[in-house]
Amino acid sequence: MEPWLQIAIQLGAPIALLLVTYGIGSAVERRHFRLLRMREIRSRSMPVATIRNVPPGWEVTGSAMVTGSCVISLDYFKRFVAGLRLLFGGRIASYETLLDRARREAMLRMKERAHEAGYRAIIGVRLETSQIAPNGRQGKGTAGVEVLASGTALRLAP
Amino acid sequence: MLLSTTETVPGKTIREFFGVVSGSTVRAKHIGKDIMAGLKNIVGGELKGYTELLQEARQEALERMVRQAESVGANAVVNVRFSTSNITQGAAELFAYGTAVRVD
Repeated sequence: MEPWLQIAIQLGAPIALLLVTYGIGSAVERRHFRLLRMREIRSRSMPVATIRNVPPGWEVTGSAMVTGSCVISLDYFKRFVAGLRLLFGGRIASYETLLDRARREAMLRMKERAHEAGYRAIIGVRLETSQIAPNGRQGKGTAGVEVLASGTALRLAP
Repeated sequence: MLLSTTETVPGKTIREFFGVVSGSTVRAKHIGKDIMAGLKNIVGGELKGYTELLQEARQEALERMVRQAESVGANAVVNVRFSTSNITQGAAELFAYGTAVRVD
């Protein structure tokens, strides 16, 4: 085989993968953001707070711990871009949006679960982020971040 | 068993403290789920297999904590916290802890 052809194939495969994952990855992300916005509007009626005490005047008739979590990962293209960023420093926007998505998703799941069980508000909310699978073998391992939202859901007297 | 992430169980009074109770579990990832997650990792997005796996594991850690609280005679656990740590590639420890109390 001609040497230039070999080089073209060796370079071409990753570039094709980058282009394809760029397309799919951004479509997945856009869709997720759209869904998040919709669900956030729908669940707006439930107050969520990080305060640890019940606000004065609220008559609590029951409570329970609620959680919501989400494991999410970057696409191949964004991981590549983030890798370049690590060389030059600066903001890594792709990780910022990833964490934003994960946090909002975890929070929404917690709210939706509380809502389904008939609770009306959530206090003492905490968000925790953990990297569940650190990149092994030069970034080839499945990397993902998990965000866990937990809080105390309150049942209020009508 | 009442669980709460705040210092008290809202609407109840704490009568007695029993100290810290905790529960943990160490889980390795499932090979099948890992292959799926590996594929999903290329296009990005939620890794549902992992979300479920961790949820299930965390539930188990919570149950162990609750059992410990029951064994000391508590009827609630307040200030429940979670923590996750990677102990080795492909395995994680899910840990839940809180303060066991008796409320009424």
